[in-house]
Amino acid sequence: MNSDQLLVGFYVFTLAAFFGYQVISKVPQLLHTPLMAFTNAVAGISLVASLVIAGGDHGLLISILGAIAVAAATVNVVGGFLITDRMLKMFKKKEVAR
Amino acid sequence: MSPEIKLWIFRGALFVASCLFLLGLRALTSAETARRGMWMAAIGMALGVAGTLLHKDVVSYHWIAIGLVVGTVIGVPMGRWIPMTKMPERIALSHAFGGAAVALVGLAEYLHRGNTLGSFGMGAIGFEVVMGAVTFTGSLVAFGKLQGTISGKPLGFRGGHLLNAILAVACLTGIAILIARPEQTVVFYGVIALSAVLGVLLVLPIGGADMPVIICLLNAYAGLAASASGFALDNQILIICGALDGGSGLILALIMSKAMNRSFRNVLFGGVGAGAAATAGSGEAKPSREASIEDAAELLKIASSVIVVPGYGMAVAQAQHAVRDLAGVLAANGVNVRYAIHPVAGRMPGHMNVLLAEANVPYDQLFELDAINDDFRQTDVTIVVGANDVVNPAAKSSPSSPIFGMPILNADQSKAVIVLKRSQNPGFAGIENELFVQPNTMMVLGDAKHTLGKLSAAVKGSHN
Repeated sequence: MNSDQLLVGFYVFTLAAFFGYQVISKVPQLLHTPLMAFTNAVAGISLVASLVIAGGDHGLLISILGAIAVAAATVNVVGGFLITDRMLKMFKKKEVAR
Repeated sequence: MSPEIKLWIFRGALFVASCLFLLGLRALTSAETARRGMWMAAIGMALGVAGTLLHKDVVSYHWIAIGLVVGTVIGVPMGRWIPMTKMPERIALSHAFGGAAVALVGLAEYLHRGNTLGSFGMGAIGFEVVMGAVTFTGSLVAFGKLQGTISGKPLGFRGGHLLNAILAVACLTGIAILIARPEQTVVFYGVIALSAVLGVLLVLPIGGADMPVIICLLNAYAGLAASASGFALDNQILIICGALDGGSGLILALIMSKAMNRSFRNVLFGGVGAGAAATAGSGEAKPSREASIEDAAELLKIASSVIVVPGYGMAVAQAQHAVRDLAGVLAANGVNVRYAIHPVAGRMPGHMNVLLAEANVPYDQLFELDAINDDFRQTDVTIVVGANDVVNPAAKSSPSSPIFGMPILNADQSKAVIVLKRSQNPGFAGIENELFVQPNTMMVLGDAKHTLGKLSAAVKGSHN
């Protein structure tokens, strides 16, 4: 990584953080738990980094570390989206007959 | 496919995925559009993963397949079958997985190309590993505390904060050494070990009532770790998602600490409950009025407006369905029933909302503190289900109280109050609650679920 890449990284980080701050401040209290589950699932995008390592063929140890990282991130992606959807499905405006 | 085309497909997929994540998050600002937003993000995730499989460094697929299968096998049950009452534990665990994934990526990157990282890359990986490891062990301790495996009481010791500061400085020093001498593998492992210890020590002194804040903070740490890995790998989508995750954790932590009228510093270093015992003893103990289910039912029969204030006790007793049933019986009698949700009721942000939604309570009956607080005065009966500190008038009237200044729900102003509580013992923080000894307050002791069931039957019976 060189200093140009670092600079671009900071631009991206700052813009994303600003966007996130603006938007997340508007999420109602009602949806705070789904919000946590959602951002958790989205942060599972670290899967992208672990895939490259697990598929990289850089020796057994690194492959195993990569595979564990893939598994941990996948748990968050799969479980995170499933549970967010389960929660959001429950929020209903009008009473429905059970 | 030429390598050039593959590269652009990879880049394009990640770019589109980033846009879908941002759009998805924006849709989460309203309950009507939230589900659509979630699916946008899920599609973005699928695109990102598919695009990465075309990356030039991905040459074999068996380890990837093993990881994906194992992760899915664990992830599906965690998403589908974990009961809503276990949501705080579930969230804490997912922070642990997130931290572990990022820390492992950092470790593998270091082992793979430690000497060619350059000082910025080494610094980013160092930060990534420290945050990842702190999040991992800290979240496991939080999980243990929520489960009850580890005591929910603040477990601090004299000099604990100093020790934490020393550990943090040691980690930073380790990173600095690695930037100068990246081949010092021992230092790298040492930094991981120290960070893991730091994570444990940071969360152990946090008491149960402060859990909402620490869960949000761990969320923020997990996000920052992911962002750091984006810097290390020069991968923009990781930086973006990490910033969103970290930002949301930080904002929620701020909302939570504001709702408790506490500063971050106070939550992290204070340990509520430690100083509370001294003030609790002052003033003679006034008796509270214990009432039978029949008394409470009589009161509810003549009421025309009712506000329900749920708290952690409702989650513990799993009484959300029983609450809804009683509300249904009351509504059938023409009573206006609403719910007042304090921001820190429960063990995580939005805890009560999710439980009530699970019990089929429509969300337009759930009101935030500011929206409903002026209405208590005109309300006939407030039913407090397992809440304590969030309705304690001492927060307004008694400057010596540890919770003084915290915004509370004005349950004490309603014409009558019914408090459902497991026992006469003071709440978690050991603070006496004036509300419980007010002349217009009835205490109905016992398991909330059981009591609510009987109350529903008693109110219903009289109308047939």
